[in-house]
Amino acid sequence: MLEINQLQKSFGDTQVLTSIDLSVKPGELVFVIGPSGSGKSTMLRCCNRLEEPTSGSILLDGEHVTACHGAALDRMRLKIGMVFQGFHLYPHKSVLANVMLAQVKALKRSKEEARARAMEMLEHVGLAHKADAMPSELSGGQQQRVAIARALALDPKVMLFDEPTSALDPELVGSVLKVMKQLRDEGMTMVVVSHEMDFAREAADRVVFMDGGVVVEAGTPEEIFGSPKSERLRAFLSRLHPSAS
Amino acid sequence: MRFLDTFFDGAVMAKYLPDLLSAIVTTLWLSAIIVVGGLALGLALACLRTLGRWYLTLPIVAFADIGRALPPLVVILIFYFGLPGLGLNLSGPMVLILVLGGVLAAFAEEIFWAGLTAVPKGQWEAGRATGLSFAQTLFEIALPQAIRMGIPPLVNRALAITKMTALGSVIGVKEILAVSSSAQSFSGSATPLTMAALAYLAIFLPVVILSRLLERRYAWAV
Repeated sequence: MLEINQLQKSFGDTQVLTSIDLSVKPGELVFVIGPSGSGKSTMLRCCNRLEEPTSGSILLDGEHVTACHGAALDRMRLKIGMVFQGFHLYPHKSVLANVMLAQVKALKRSKEEARARAMEMLEHVGLAHKADAMPSELSGGQQQRVAIARALALDPKVMLFDEPTSALDPELVGSVLKVMKQLRDEGMTMVVVSHEMDFAREAADRVVFMDGGVVVEAGTPEEIFGSPKSERLRAFLSRLHPSAS
Repeated sequence: MRFLDTFFDGAVMAKYLPDLLSAIVTTLWLSAIIVVGGLALGLALACLRTLGRWYLTLPIVAFADIGRALPPLVVILIFYFGLPGLGLNLSGPMVLILVLGGVLAAFAEEIFWAGLTAVPKGQWEAGRATGLSFAQTLFEIALPQAIRMGIPPLVNRALAITKMTALGSVIGVKEILAVSSSAQSFSGSATPLTMAALAYLAIFLPVVILSRLLERRYAWAV
């Protein structure tokens, strides 16, 4: 479904991604962990070209994400949903209008169709009753769920989550994870960059550990958390749970 | 009594009221063209500047900086008395519209641009990530937020610039100040000037009040 081949990314002289290979199968939830600065977010942002890869290729369903430009890239991005750490809802638009905008402007759906789909998606994330609210009236967790609905309404083939719960108060994290879990159970293909290790254990099909711009280790949650092979992963995990080690 | 005779002479008022009314109309339509044209040009320039091409940015920045630095009166005099030397004869109102509209555009461009740069990068990313084009993201997401941030300074600028229509009095435009000032010299009474002040208040006070309502209407918590 999503294939990342020999992805490299440098900012000036700083190489952030050395060479990333990652293949995500349909319906799979790939969970990416690693210390900050390891290039997790950069890799994710290369997948929809918010960052321009220095070299390498990314394919979605056999189509080159890395080769398209202009309007073709805009169409490609419709198939790749993205959820940001900072939500980035449009503050001047109502919740409903946030979820409708790209449907109407990019997907060229009629207003009625877009509204119906938006309400369906808001219902899905449990926020249909907030359709007429402004984003500033919502809690962080609610805003993030609206952002998820906004991405889902475009019927993407894959959803990218860039630290979706890192900006949330602890008591609001659960509501967002619940929606993500539900998405996974419905068969959505997902790549999640996050520090929610409990969620990874529970919901991930595969866990990828990145450090220093490379994939150091990948495997099932049991393998990664239960029997880490590399020293770097062991060190990373022990820093997360000092008491457990 | 002397105060009233000097500033509120009834006979003088009655005599010059028709002239002053037509001058008010002149000031009004001049102001309307200047504000609409200046804001539209400033908005267009700020939008062009977002494209980030040096051959667009450079002239836009030069225009904005020069337009904000020069005293409008200097430019008005150059246009009105200088350009005929090149065979270019512009009427007084035309000079006023070009110069004041241009100066407002220079300020407005900077205000819109400041607003655009204040829109968080994440807003652009959210728009582009959902498949919106650069132009759609600009017009649907960035610009509405930039305009709302810009309303208070834009209203101030628009008011300041429309008051400068009084500069038309030096190049023979029959706007409020020109008409009342000549009425003052003919009548020997300060009353026409009082009428001018009242006329300006009648025009601009409602605008100021309206702008306060506008600011409240468009304020939203982030």
